[in-house]
Amino acid sequence: MPMKIVVAIKQVPESGSPFRIDGSGRWIEEIDLNYTLNESDAYALEQALQLKEQHGGEVVALSAGPDRVQSVLRDALAKGADRAMHIRCGDGPDRDALGTARLLAAAIRPESPDLVLTGLQSDDVGHGQTGVLLAELLGMPHASLILQVEKSETGLNVKRELEEGWLQMIELPMPAVLTIQSGGNKLRYATLMGIKRAKTKEMRSIDAPELGVDTAAVAVLDHVSTIRKQKSGQILTGTPAQAAAALVEKLQFEARVL
Amino acid sequence: MSGVWVVLEERAGRIAPLSWEALAAGRELGAITCLPVHAILIGADTAKLAGELAERGVEQAIRVEHPLLAAYTADGFALALEQFLRTADPGYVVFPHTYQVRDYAPALAAKMGQMLLGDVVEICRRGPDQVGPTFVRQMLQGRLDGHYLHAGGGPCFLSVQAGAFRAQESPAQTDTSVETFTPALEATQIRTRPGQPFRASAQTVDLGSAERIVSVGRGIRDAANIPMAQELASALDAELAASRPVCDSGWLPADRQVGSSGQTVAPKLYVALGISGAIQHQVGMKASRCIVAVNKDPDAPIFEIADYGIVGDLFEVVPALTEAVKARKN
Repeated sequence: MPMKIVVAIKQVPESGSPFRIDGSGRWIEEIDLNYTLNESDAYALEQALQLKEQHGGEVVALSAGPDRVQSVLRDALAKGADRAMHIRCGDGPDRDALGTARLLAAAIRPESPDLVLTGLQSDDVGHGQTGVLLAELLGMPHASLILQVEKSETGLNVKRELEEGWLQMIELPMPAVLTIQSGGNKLRYATLMGIKRAKTKEMRSIDAPELGVDTAAVAVLDHVSTIRKQKSGQILTGTPAQAAAALVEKLQFEARVL
Repeated sequence: MSGVWVVLEERAGRIAPLSWEALAAGRELGAITCLPVHAILIGADTAKLAGELAERGVEQAIRVEHPLLAAYTADGFALALEQFLRTADPGYVVFPHTYQVRDYAPALAAKMGQMLLGDVVEICRRGPDQVGPTFVRQMLQGRLDGHYLHAGGGPCFLSVQAGAFRAQESPAQTDTSVETFTPALEATQIRTRPGQPFRASAQTVDLGSAERIVSVGRGIRDAANIPMAQELASALDAELAASRPVCDSGWLPADRQVGSSGQTVAPKLYVALGISGAIQHQVGMKASRCIVAVNKDPDAPIFEIADYGIVGDLFEVVPALTEAVKARKN
Protein backbone atom coordinates (compact mmCIF):
# COMPACT_ATOMS: atom_id res chain seq x y z
CA MET A 1 0.00 0.00 0.00
CA PRO A 2 1.57 3.31 -1.06
CA MET A 3 1.73 5.99 1.59
CA LYS A 4 1.18 9.70 1.38
CA ILE A 5 3.58 11.36 3.79
CA VAL A 6 3.79 15.02 4.76
CA VAL A 7 7.07 15.98 6.40
CA ALA A 8 7.13 19.30 8.26
CA ILE A 9 10.61 20.84 8.33
CA LYS A 10 12.06 24.05 9.75
CA GLN A 11 14.89 26.29 8.69
CA VAL A 12 17.02 27.38 11.67
CA PRO A 13 20.17 29.46 12.20
CA GLU A 14 23.38 27.41 11.97
CA SER A 15 24.58 26.47 15.42
CA GLY A 16 27.93 28.24 14.98
CA SER A 17 26.28 31.54 14.05
CA PRO A 18 26.99 34.61 16.18
CA PHE A 19 23.83 35.45 18.08
CA ARG A 20 23.40 39.18 18.77
CA ILE A 21 20.24 40.48 20.39
CA ASP A 22 18.43 42.87 18.04
CA GLY A 23 17.09 46.40 18.74
CA SER A 24 13.70 45.13 19.88
CA GLY A 25 15.34 43.02 22.60
CA ARG A 26 13.02 40.19 21.63
CA TRP A 27 14.99 38.44 18.89
CA ILE A 28 18.41 38.03 17.31
CA GLU A 29 19.97 40.03 14.48
CA GLU A 30 19.04 37.99 11.41
CA ILE A 31 21.59 39.75 9.24
CA ASP A 32 24.38 37.85 11.03
CA LEU A 33 22.94 34.45 10.38
CA ASN A 34 23.43 31.55 8.03
CA TYR A 35 20.51 29.17 7.90
CA THR A 36 20.26 25.42 7.62
CA LEU A 37 17.75 22.57 7.96
CA ASN A 38 16.92 21.74 11.59
CA GLU A 39 18.81 18.56 12.50
CA SER A 40 15.99 16.28 13.66
CA ASP A 41 13.87 17.48 10.70
CA ALA A 42 16.61 16.19 8.39
CA TYR A 43 16.08 12.75 9.97
CA ALA A 44 12.29 13.10 9.58
CA LEU A 45 12.79 13.81 5.87
CA GLU A 46 15.16 10.84 5.54
CA GLN A 47 12.59 8.56 7.23
CA ALA A 48 9.87 9.80 4.87
CA LEU A 49 12.03 9.14 1.80
CA GLN A 50 12.94 5.63 2.98
CA LEU A 51 9.28 4.74 3.61
CA LYS A 52 8.40 5.95 0.12
CA GLU A 53 11.21 3.85 -1.38
CA GLN A 54 9.96 0.76 0.49
CA HIS A 55 6.22 1.15 -0.02
CA GLY A 56 5.72 3.68 -2.81
CA GLY A 57 3.63 6.79 -2.49
CA GLU A 58 4.34 10.48 -2.20
CA VAL A 59 6.41 12.73 0.06
CA VAL A 60 5.28 16.33 0.49
CA ALA A 61 7.73 18.68 2.22
CA LEU A 62 6.10 21.49 4.21
CA SER A 63 7.68 24.51 5.87
CA ALA A 64 6.41 27.76 7.42
CA GLY A 65 8.48 30.93 7.38
CA PRO A 66 9.71 33.79 5.19
CA ASP A 67 10.79 33.27 1.57
CA ARG A 68 14.26 32.10 2.61
CA VAL A 69 12.77 28.80 3.89
CA GLN A 70 12.21 27.81 0.26
CA SER A 71 15.88 26.82 0.21
CA VAL A 72 15.32 23.93 2.68
CA LEU A 73 12.24 22.91 0.68
CA ARG A 74 14.24 22.94 -2.57
CA ASP A 75 16.86 20.82 -0.87
CA ALA A 76 14.15 18.35 0.23
CA LEU A 77 12.94 18.15 -3.39
CA ALA A 78 16.51 17.51 -4.54
CA LYS A 79 16.81 14.65 -2.05
CA GLY A 80 13.63 13.04 -3.38
CA ALA A 81 10.50 14.74 -2.02
CA ASP A 82 7.81 14.94 -4.71
CA ARG A 83 6.48 18.41 -4.04
CA ALA A 84 6.73 21.23 -1.55
CA MET A 85 4.39 23.57 0.26
CA HIS A 86 5.57 26.84 1.70
CA ILE A 87 3.43 28.71 4.23
CA ARG A 88 4.62 32.28 3.88
CA CYS A 89 4.78 34.00 7.27
CA GLY A 90 7.20 35.72 9.61
CA ASP A 91 9.75 33.88 11.68
CA GLY A 92 10.09 36.26 14.61
CA PRO A 93 9.02 36.04 18.24
CA ASP A 94 5.33 36.81 17.68
CA ARG A 95 4.10 33.30 16.95
CA ASP A 96 4.41 30.43 19.40
CA ALA A 97 4.52 26.67 18.75
CA LEU A 98 0.71 26.42 18.95
CA GLY A 99 0.36 29.10 16.26
CA THR A 100 2.85 27.30 14.04
CA ALA A 101 1.11 23.96 14.61
CA ARG A 102 -2.25 25.56 13.68
CA LEU A 103 -0.80 26.89 10.41
CA LEU A 104 0.76 23.53 9.57
CA ALA A 105 -2.43 21.64 10.48
CA ALA A 106 -4.51 23.89 8.23
CA ALA A 107 -2.16 23.19 5.31
CA ILE A 108 -1.98 19.44 6.03
CA ARG A 109 -5.73 18.78 6.49
CA PRO A 110 -6.76 19.04 2.79
CA GLU A 111 -3.88 16.70 1.87
CA SER A 112 -5.35 13.84 3.97
CA PRO A 113 -1.96 12.16 4.47
CA ASP A 114 -1.41 8.66 5.88
CA LEU A 115 1.53 9.87 7.90
CA VAL A 116 2.89 13.19 9.15
CA LEU A 117 6.54 13.31 10.21
CA THR A 118 8.51 16.08 11.84
CA GLY A 119 11.66 16.46 13.93
CA LEU A 120 11.28 16.23 17.69
CA GLN A 121 12.60 19.69 18.47
CA SER A 122 13.87 22.81 16.73
CA ASP A 123 17.44 23.85 17.36
CA ASP A 124 16.47 27.54 17.67
CA VAL A 125 13.40 28.13 19.85
CA GLY A 126 13.23 24.50 20.91
CA HIS A 127 9.68 24.24 22.26
CA GLY A 128 9.90 20.57 21.24
CA GLN A 129 6.20 20.02 20.72
CA THR A 130 5.04 21.10 17.26
CA GLY A 131 4.55 17.46 16.20
CA VAL A 132 2.56 16.52 19.30
CA LEU A 133 0.40 19.66 18.97
CA LEU A 134 -0.15 18.82 15.29
CA ALA A 135 -1.38 15.34 16.20
CA GLU A 136 -3.91 16.78 18.62
CA LEU A 137 -5.09 19.42 16.12
CA LEU A 138 -5.40 16.82 13.33
CA GLY A 139 -7.11 14.28 15.61
CA MET A 140 -4.41 11.69 14.87
CA PRO A 141 -2.55 9.40 17.29
CA HIS A 142 1.13 10.14 17.74
CA ALA A 143 4.39 8.79 19.03
CA SER A 144 7.40 10.93 19.84
CA LEU A 145 11.20 10.53 19.87
CA ILE A 146 11.06 7.88 17.17
CA LEU A 147 14.22 6.22 15.84
CA GLN A 148 12.75 3.62 13.49
CA VAL A 149 9.48 3.23 11.58
CA GLU A 150 8.07 0.04 10.12
CA LYS A 151 4.79 -0.49 8.37
CA SER A 152 2.70 -3.31 9.82
CA GLU A 153 -0.54 -5.05 8.74
CA THR A 154 -2.66 -2.64 10.72
CA GLY A 155 -0.58 0.52 10.81
CA LEU A 156 2.85 1.28 12.14
CA ASN A 157 5.37 -0.30 14.46
CA VAL A 158 7.81 2.31 15.73
CA LYS A 159 10.85 2.33 18.00
CA ARG A 160 10.71 5.05 20.63
CA GLU A 161 13.65 6.33 22.62
CA LEU A 162 13.21 6.56 26.39
CA GLU A 163 15.65 8.07 28.87
CA GLU A 164 19.02 6.61 29.87
CA GLY A 165 19.41 4.24 26.95
CA TRP A 166 16.04 2.50 27.16
CA LEU A 167 13.83 1.90 24.12
CA GLN A 168 10.25 0.81 23.52
CA MET A 169 8.22 -0.44 20.56
CA ILE A 170 4.83 1.19 19.96
CA GLU A 171 2.05 0.07 17.62
CA LEU A 172 -0.31 2.67 16.26
CA PRO A 173 -2.85 2.94 13.45
CA MET A 174 -2.61 5.34 10.52
CA PRO A 175 -3.08 8.17 9.85
CA ALA A 176 -0.60 9.17 12.53
CA VAL A 177 1.97 11.80 13.47
CA LEU A 178 5.52 10.83 14.46
CA THR A 179 8.24 13.11 15.81
CA ILE A 180 11.63 11.81 14.76
CA GLN A 181 14.77 11.72 16.91
CA SER A 182 18.08 12.29 15.18
CA GLY A 183 20.47 9.43 14.59
CA GLY A 184 18.01 6.67 13.59
CA ASN A 185 19.03 6.61 9.93
CA LYS A 186 21.95 7.67 7.80
CA LEU A 187 21.21 10.95 6.03
CA ARG A 188 21.52 11.13 2.25
CA TYR A 189 22.98 13.94 0.18
CA ALA A 190 21.26 15.42 -2.82
CA THR A 191 22.68 14.12 -6.11
CA LEU A 192 23.34 16.36 -9.10
CA MET A 193 20.51 14.58 -10.90
CA GLY A 194 18.26 15.20 -7.91
CA ILE A 195 19.10 18.90 -7.87
CA LYS A 196 18.31 19.12 -11.57
CA ARG A 197 15.04 17.24 -11.19
CA ALA A 198 14.00 19.43 -8.24
CA LYS A 199 13.69 22.43 -10.58
CA THR A 200 10.72 20.82 -12.34
CA LYS A 201 8.91 19.88 -9.11
CA GLU A 202 5.97 21.80 -7.67
CA MET A 203 6.63 24.41 -4.96
CA ARG A 204 3.34 25.91 -3.82
CA SER A 205 3.30 29.04 -1.68
CA ILE A 206 0.40 29.84 0.60
CA ASP A 207 0.15 33.18 2.39
CA ALA A 208 -0.47 32.43 6.06
CA PRO A 209 -3.61 34.64 6.33
CA GLU A 210 -5.27 32.51 3.61
CA LEU A 211 -5.28 29.60 6.04
CA GLY A 212 -7.59 31.59 8.32
CA VAL A 213 -6.19 30.40 11.64
CA ASP A 214 -5.65 32.27 14.89
CA THR A 215 -1.94 32.47 15.59
CA ALA A 216 -2.00 34.84 18.59
CA ALA A 217 0.60 33.53 21.01
CA VAL A 218 -0.31 32.09 24.42
CA ALA A 219 3.40 31.72 25.23
CA VAL A 220 4.52 35.30 24.63
CA LEU A 221 8.24 35.93 24.28
CA ASP A 222 8.73 39.13 26.26
CA HIS A 223 12.48 39.52 25.73
CA VAL A 224 15.70 37.58 25.35
CA SER A 225 18.89 37.96 27.33
CA THR A 226 22.38 36.55 27.35
CA ILE A 227 22.76 33.61 29.70
CA ARG A 228 23.93 34.13 33.24
CA LYS A 229 27.15 32.44 34.22
CA GLN A 230 26.43 29.60 36.60
CA LYS A 231 30.07 29.32 37.69
CA SER A 232 32.84 31.87 37.65
CA GLY A 233 35.14 29.81 35.50
CA GLN A 234 38.72 30.77 34.62
CA ILE A 235 39.78 31.05 31.00
CA LEU A 236 43.40 30.03 30.50
CA THR A 237 45.19 31.95 27.80
CA GLY A 238 48.49 31.86 25.91
CA THR A 239 49.80 29.42 23.34
CA PRO A 240 48.25 25.93 23.40
CA ALA A 241 51.30 24.66 25.30
CA GLN A 242 51.13 27.49 27.88
CA ALA A 243 47.37 27.11 28.37
CA ALA A 244 47.72 23.33 28.68
CA ALA A 245 50.51 23.61 31.26
CA ALA A 246 48.53 26.18 33.27
CA LEU A 247 45.46 23.94 33.18
CA VAL A 248 47.30 20.87 34.41
CA GLU A 249 48.78 22.97 37.23
CA LYS A 250 45.28 24.14 38.25
CA LEU A 251 43.79 20.64 38.01
CA GLN A 252 46.52 19.28 40.23
CA PHE A 253 46.87 21.97 42.91
CA GLU A 254 43.64 24.01 42.82
CA ALA A 255 40.90 21.54 41.88
CA ARG A 256 42.91 18.51 43.04
CA VAL A 257 41.35 16.16 40.55
CA LEU A 258 44.48 14.58 39.08
CA MET B 1 -8.36 29.92 39.22
CA SER B 2 -7.93 27.26 41.83
CA GLY B 3 -4.22 27.09 42.28
CA VAL B 4 -1.06 25.46 41.13
CA TRP B 5 -1.23 21.75 40.29
CA VAL B 6 1.96 19.74 40.05
CA VAL B 7 1.85 16.45 38.13
CA LEU B 8 4.21 13.94 39.76
CA GLU B 9 5.69 11.18 37.64
CA GLU B 10 6.22 7.60 38.72
CA ARG B 11 9.44 5.70 37.96
CA ALA B 12 10.00 2.10 39.07
CA GLY B 13 7.23 2.22 41.67
CA ARG B 14 8.40 5.47 43.30
CA ILE B 15 7.83 9.14 42.63
CA ALA B 16 10.72 10.12 40.35
CA PRO B 17 13.21 12.59 41.93
CA LEU B 18 12.66 15.12 39.15
CA SER B 19 9.01 15.33 40.24
CA TRP B 20 10.11 16.80 43.59
CA GLU B 21 11.97 19.50 41.69
CA ALA B 22 8.73 20.23 39.79
CA LEU B 23 7.00 20.47 43.19
CA ALA B 24 9.64 22.97 44.33
CA ALA B 25 8.98 25.03 41.18
CA GLY B 26 5.25 24.78 41.88
CA ARG B 27 5.84 26.17 45.36
CA GLU B 28 7.85 29.11 44.01
CA LEU B 29 5.00 29.78 41.63
CA GLY B 30 2.50 29.48 44.48
CA ALA B 31 4.47 32.00 46.54
CA ILE B 32 4.61 34.48 43.64
CA THR B 33 0.95 34.16 42.70
CA CYS B 34 -0.47 33.61 46.22
CA LEU B 35 -2.14 30.41 45.02
CA PRO B 36 -2.32 27.09 46.89
CA VAL B 37 -0.19 24.19 45.59
CA HIS B 38 -1.58 20.71 45.00
CA ALA B 39 -0.12 17.47 43.67
CA ILE B 40 -1.55 15.12 41.05
CA LEU B 41 -0.75 11.42 40.84
CA ILE B 42 -1.85 9.45 37.81
CA GLY B 43 -2.00 5.70 37.15
CA ALA B 44 -4.05 2.56 37.73
CA ASP B 45 -3.25 2.46 41.45
CA THR B 46 -1.30 5.29 43.07
CA ALA B 47 -1.92 4.41 46.74
CA LYS B 48 1.73 3.55 47.36
CA LEU B 49 2.94 6.75 45.66
CA ALA B 50 0.48 8.80 47.74
CA GLY B 51 2.28 7.47 50.83
CA GLU B 52 5.37 9.45 49.80
CA LEU B 53 3.58 12.81 49.88
CA ALA B 54 3.47 13.44 53.63
CA GLU B 55 7.22 13.70 54.09
CA ARG B 56 7.35 16.25 51.28
CA GLY B 57 4.81 18.50 52.94
CA VAL B 58 2.08 18.12 50.32
CA GLU B 59 -1.18 19.22 51.89
CA GLN B 60 -3.59 18.36 49.15
CA ALA B 61 -3.36 15.78 46.40
CA ILE B 62 -5.55 14.07 43.89
CA ARG B 63 -5.18 10.53 42.60
CA VAL B 64 -6.33 10.31 38.98
CA GLU B 65 -6.93 6.59 38.66
CA HIS B 66 -8.29 4.23 36.03
CA PRO B 67 -7.35 0.66 35.02
CA LEU B 68 -6.56 1.93 31.51
CA LEU B 69 -3.81 4.12 32.97
CA ALA B 70 -1.75 1.11 34.11
CA ALA B 71 0.66 1.48 31.20
CA TYR B 72 1.56 4.98 30.08
CA THR B 73 -0.04 6.13 26.83
CA ALA B 74 -0.25 9.72 25.60
CA ASP B 75 -3.96 9.29 24.83
CA GLY B 76 -4.80 7.86 28.26
CA PHE B 77 -2.83 10.42 30.26
CA ALA B 78 -3.96 13.43 28.21
CA LEU B 79 -7.65 12.45 28.28
CA ALA B 80 -7.67 11.63 31.99
CA LEU B 81 -5.86 14.78 33.04
CA GLU B 82 -8.00 16.95 30.78
CA GLN B 83 -11.14 15.65 32.49
CA PHE B 84 -9.72 16.35 35.91
CA LEU B 85 -8.29 19.78 35.06
CA ARG B 86 -11.62 20.92 33.62
CA THR B 87 -13.18 20.29 37.03
CA ALA B 88 -10.27 21.84 38.97
CA ASP B 89 -9.92 24.96 36.77
CA PRO B 90 -6.22 25.45 37.61
CA GLY B 91 -4.16 28.59 37.16
CA TYR B 92 -0.95 26.67 36.52
CA VAL B 93 -0.08 23.05 35.78
CA VAL B 94 3.56 22.14 36.43
CA PHE B 95 5.39 19.03 35.16
CA PRO B 96 8.94 17.68 35.36
CA HIS B 97 10.52 17.95 31.88
CA THR B 98 10.78 14.23 31.12
CA TYR B 99 10.43 12.30 27.87
CA GLN B 100 7.00 11.16 29.05
CA VAL B 101 5.85 14.72 29.71
CA ARG B 102 7.20 15.84 26.34
CA ASP B 103 5.09 13.07 24.79
CA TYR B 104 1.68 13.93 26.26
CA ALA B 105 1.69 17.35 27.96
CA PRO B 106 1.61 19.35 24.68
CA ALA B 107 -1.42 17.29 23.53
CA LEU B 108 -3.13 17.89 26.88
CA ALA B 109 -2.37 21.61 26.63
CA ALA B 110 -3.69 21.76 23.06
CA LYS B 111 -6.98 20.16 24.17
CA MET B 112 -7.39 23.22 26.39
CA GLY B 113 -6.26 25.78 23.78
CA GLN B 114 -2.79 26.04 25.29
CA MET B 115 0.79 24.92 24.67
CA LEU B 116 3.51 23.78 27.06
CA LEU B 117 6.14 26.24 28.25
CA GLY B 118 8.81 23.57 28.25
CA ASP B 119 12.14 23.26 30.01
CA VAL B 120 11.68 26.27 32.33
CA VAL B 121 14.80 27.08 34.40
CA GLU B 122 13.58 30.06 36.42
CA ILE B 123 10.31 31.68 37.48
CA CYS B 124 10.47 35.44 38.17
CA ARG B 125 8.13 37.79 39.95
CA ARG B 126 7.24 40.90 37.95
CA GLY B 127 6.35 44.46 38.91
CA PRO B 128 3.24 45.21 41.01
CA ASP B 129 1.28 46.52 38.02
CA GLN B 130 1.88 43.41 35.94
CA VAL B 131 -0.10 40.21 35.91
CA GLY B 132 1.59 36.84 36.24
CA PRO B 133 5.25 35.83 36.50
CA THR B 134 7.82 35.45 33.73
CA PHE B 135 9.21 32.06 32.83
CA VAL B 136 12.81 31.73 31.69
CA ARG B 137 13.76 29.00 29.24
CA GLN B 138 16.86 28.53 27.15
CA MET B 139 16.87 29.10 23.41
CA LEU B 140 19.30 28.50 20.54
CA GLN B 141 20.68 25.43 22.29
CA GLY B 142 21.56 27.34 25.43
CA ARG B 143 23.00 30.49 23.80
CA LEU B 144 20.25 32.84 24.99
CA ASP B 145 17.57 32.93 27.67
CA GLY B 146 14.02 33.60 26.52
CA HIS B 147 11.72 35.33 29.04
CA TYR B 148 8.12 34.28 28.47
CA LEU B 149 4.74 35.48 29.69
CA HIS B 150 1.53 33.51 29.57
CA ALA B 151 -1.27 35.34 27.75
CA GLY B 152 -5.01 34.94 27.80
CA GLY B 153 -7.36 32.84 29.84
CA GLY B 154 -6.99 29.17 30.56
CA PRO B 155 -4.37 27.33 32.55
CA CYS B 156 -0.66 27.91 32.00
CA PHE B 157 1.18 24.63 31.38
CA LEU B 158 4.90 24.49 32.15
CA SER B 159 7.60 21.86 32.61
CA VAL B 160 10.81 22.41 34.55
CA GLN B 161 14.33 21.43 33.56
CA ALA B 162 16.25 18.90 35.64
CA GLY B 163 18.49 20.58 38.19
CA ALA B 164 16.90 24.04 37.92
CA PHE B 165 14.85 23.90 41.14
CA ARG B 166 15.98 22.33 44.40
CA ALA B 167 13.81 19.53 45.71
CA GLN B 168 13.04 19.89 49.43
CA GLU B 169 12.03 17.55 52.20
CA SER B 170 9.50 18.85 54.64
CA PRO B 171 10.76 19.47 58.19
CA ALA B 172 7.73 17.74 59.65
CA GLN B 173 5.27 15.16 58.41
CA THR B 174 2.19 16.76 56.93
CA ASP B 175 -1.33 15.45 56.96
CA THR B 176 -2.00 15.05 53.29
CA SER B 177 -5.61 15.23 52.22
CA VAL B 178 -5.95 12.90 49.26
CA GLU B 179 -8.95 12.52 47.00
CA THR B 180 -9.47 10.19 44.07
CA PHE B 181 -10.76 11.21 40.65
CA THR B 182 -11.96 8.53 38.25
CA PRO B 183 -11.94 9.69 34.64
CA ALA B 184 -14.34 8.21 32.07
CA LEU B 185 -12.06 6.31 29.72
CA GLU B 186 -12.74 3.62 27.15
CA ALA B 187 -10.25 1.24 25.63
CA THR B 188 -11.05 2.47 22.11
CA GLN B 189 -9.91 5.99 23.02
CA ILE B 190 -6.37 4.72 23.51
CA ARG B 191 -5.01 4.42 20.02
CA THR B 192 -1.41 3.40 20.66
CA ARG B 193 -0.17 0.07 22.05
CA PRO B 194 3.08 0.44 23.99
CA GLY B 195 5.54 -2.43 24.35
CA GLN B 196 7.79 -3.22 27.31
CA PRO B 197 10.86 -0.98 27.62
CA PHE B 198 14.12 -2.72 26.68
CA ARG B 199 17.79 -1.86 26.34
CA ALA B 200 19.36 -1.69 22.90
CA SER B 201 22.34 -3.77 23.91
CA ALA B 202 24.06 -4.74 27.11
CA GLN B 203 25.50 -1.58 28.63
CA THR B 204 29.19 -2.45 28.61
CA VAL B 205 30.53 0.89 29.76
CA ASP B 206 29.49 2.27 33.13
CA LEU B 207 30.45 5.91 32.82
CA GLY B 208 28.62 6.62 36.07
CA SER B 209 31.40 5.08 38.13
CA ALA B 210 34.29 6.73 36.22
CA GLU B 211 36.38 9.19 38.27
CA ARG B 212 37.51 11.11 35.21
CA ILE B 213 35.86 11.48 31.82
CA VAL B 214 37.13 12.98 28.56
CA SER B 215 34.15 13.71 26.34
CA VAL B 216 34.14 14.68 22.67
CA GLY B 217 31.56 16.63 20.70
CA ARG B 218 30.86 17.75 17.18
CA GLY B 219 34.12 19.76 17.22
CA ILE B 220 36.09 16.53 16.80
CA ARG B 221 34.85 16.64 13.19
CA ASP B 222 35.73 13.10 12.12
CA ALA B 223 36.10 9.54 13.41
CA ALA B 224 39.76 9.73 12.43
CA ASN B 225 40.33 12.27 15.21
CA ILE B 226 38.96 10.09 18.03
CA PRO B 227 42.41 8.54 18.82
CA MET B 228 43.70 12.03 19.69
CA ALA B 229 41.02 12.30 22.40
CA GLN B 230 41.65 8.71 23.47
CA GLU B 231 45.31 9.55 24.08
CA LEU B 232 44.37 12.37 26.42
CA ALA B 233 41.88 10.06 28.17
CA SER B 234 44.58 7.41 28.63
CA ALA B 235 47.03 9.97 30.00
CA LEU B 236 44.41 11.17 32.50
CA ASP B 237 43.34 7.61 33.32
CA ALA B 238 39.86 8.66 32.16
CA GLU B 239 36.98 7.02 30.31
CA LEU B 240 36.18 8.34 26.84
CA ALA B 241 32.63 9.62 26.32
CA ALA B 242 30.77 11.72 23.76
CA SER B 243 27.82 13.99 23.08
CA ARG B 244 24.93 12.77 21.01
CA PRO B 245 26.03 13.92 17.51
CA VAL B 246 29.27 11.92 17.83
CA CYS B 247 27.34 8.73 18.64
CA ASP B 248 24.72 9.45 15.97
CA SER B 249 27.54 9.62 13.44
CA GLY B 250 28.83 6.25 14.63
CA TRP B 251 32.24 7.62 15.69
CA LEU B 252 31.78 6.18 19.19
CA PRO B 253 29.26 3.54 20.36
CA ALA B 254 25.98 4.75 21.87
CA ASP B 255 26.85 3.36 25.32
CA ARG B 256 29.47 6.12 25.64
CA GLN B 257 26.89 8.88 25.20
CA VAL B 258 26.42 11.43 27.99
CA GLY B 259 23.24 13.52 28.20
CA SER B 260 19.49 13.25 28.55
CA SER B 261 19.30 10.38 26.07
CA GLY B 262 22.50 8.72 27.31
CA GLN B 263 24.15 8.33 30.70
CA THR B 264 24.13 10.81 33.57
CA VAL B 265 27.56 11.24 35.12
CA ALA B 266 29.15 13.17 37.98
CA PRO B 267 32.89 12.40 37.92
CA LYS B 268 35.62 14.31 39.73
CA LEU B 269 36.85 15.66 36.37
CA TYR B 270 34.90 16.12 33.15
CA VAL B 271 36.85 17.39 30.15
CA ALA B 272 34.56 18.55 27.31
CA LEU B 273 36.34 18.75 23.96
CA GLY B 274 34.50 20.53 21.15
CA ILE B 275 31.17 20.25 22.95
CA SER B 276 29.03 23.38 22.71
CA GLY B 277 27.02 22.41 25.79
CA ALA B 278 23.39 22.22 24.68
CA ILE B 279 20.88 21.64 27.51
CA GLN B 280 20.49 17.98 26.57
CA HIS B 281 24.21 17.44 27.18
CA GLN B 282 24.45 19.63 30.28
CA VAL B 283 21.76 17.74 32.19
CA GLY B 284 23.92 14.63 31.87
CA MET B 285 27.15 16.11 33.27
CA LYS B 286 26.70 19.40 35.06
CA ALA B 287 26.93 17.76 38.49
CA SER B 288 30.59 16.91 37.76
CA ARG B 289 32.93 18.31 40.43
CA CYS B 290 35.35 19.99 38.04
CA ILE B 291 34.44 20.81 34.44
CA VAL B 292 37.04 21.71 31.82
CA ALA B 293 35.96 23.00 28.41
CA VAL B 294 38.01 23.31 25.25
CA ASN B 295 36.16 25.02 22.42
CA LYS B 296 36.99 27.41 19.63
CA ASP B 297 33.79 29.40 20.20
CA PRO B 298 34.16 31.71 23.24
CA ASP B 299 30.36 32.05 23.39
CA ALA B 300 29.71 28.30 23.63
CA PRO B 301 27.34 27.66 26.57
CA ILE B 302 29.69 24.99 27.95
CA PHE B 303 31.90 27.84 29.25
CA GLU B 304 29.01 29.00 31.46
CA ILE B 305 29.28 25.86 33.56
CA ALA B 306 33.03 25.25 33.18
CA ASP B 307 35.50 25.71 36.05
CA TYR B 308 38.39 26.02 33.59
CA GLY B 309 38.27 26.83 29.92
CA ILE B 310 40.62 27.08 26.98
CA VAL B 311 39.34 28.96 23.95
CA GLY B 312 41.15 27.54 20.98
CA ASP B 313 41.55 24.92 18.30
CA LEU B 314 41.20 21.56 19.99
CA PHE B 315 43.52 19.99 17.41
CA GLU B 316 46.29 22.14 18.86
CA VAL B 317 45.16 22.21 22.49
CA VAL B 318 44.49 18.49 23.02
CA PRO B 319 47.94 17.19 21.99
CA ALA B 320 49.50 19.95 24.14
CA LEU B 321 47.31 18.92 27.04
CA THR B 322 48.24 15.25 26.62
CA GLU B 323 51.92 16.22 26.70
CA ALA B 324 51.44 18.40 29.78
CA VAL B 325 49.64 15.60 31.64
CA LYS B 326 52.37 13.09 30.74
CA ALA B 327 55.07 15.60 31.77
CA ARG B 328 53.44 16.01 35.19
CA LYS B 329 53.51 12.25 35.74
CA ASN B 330 57.22 11.97 35.04
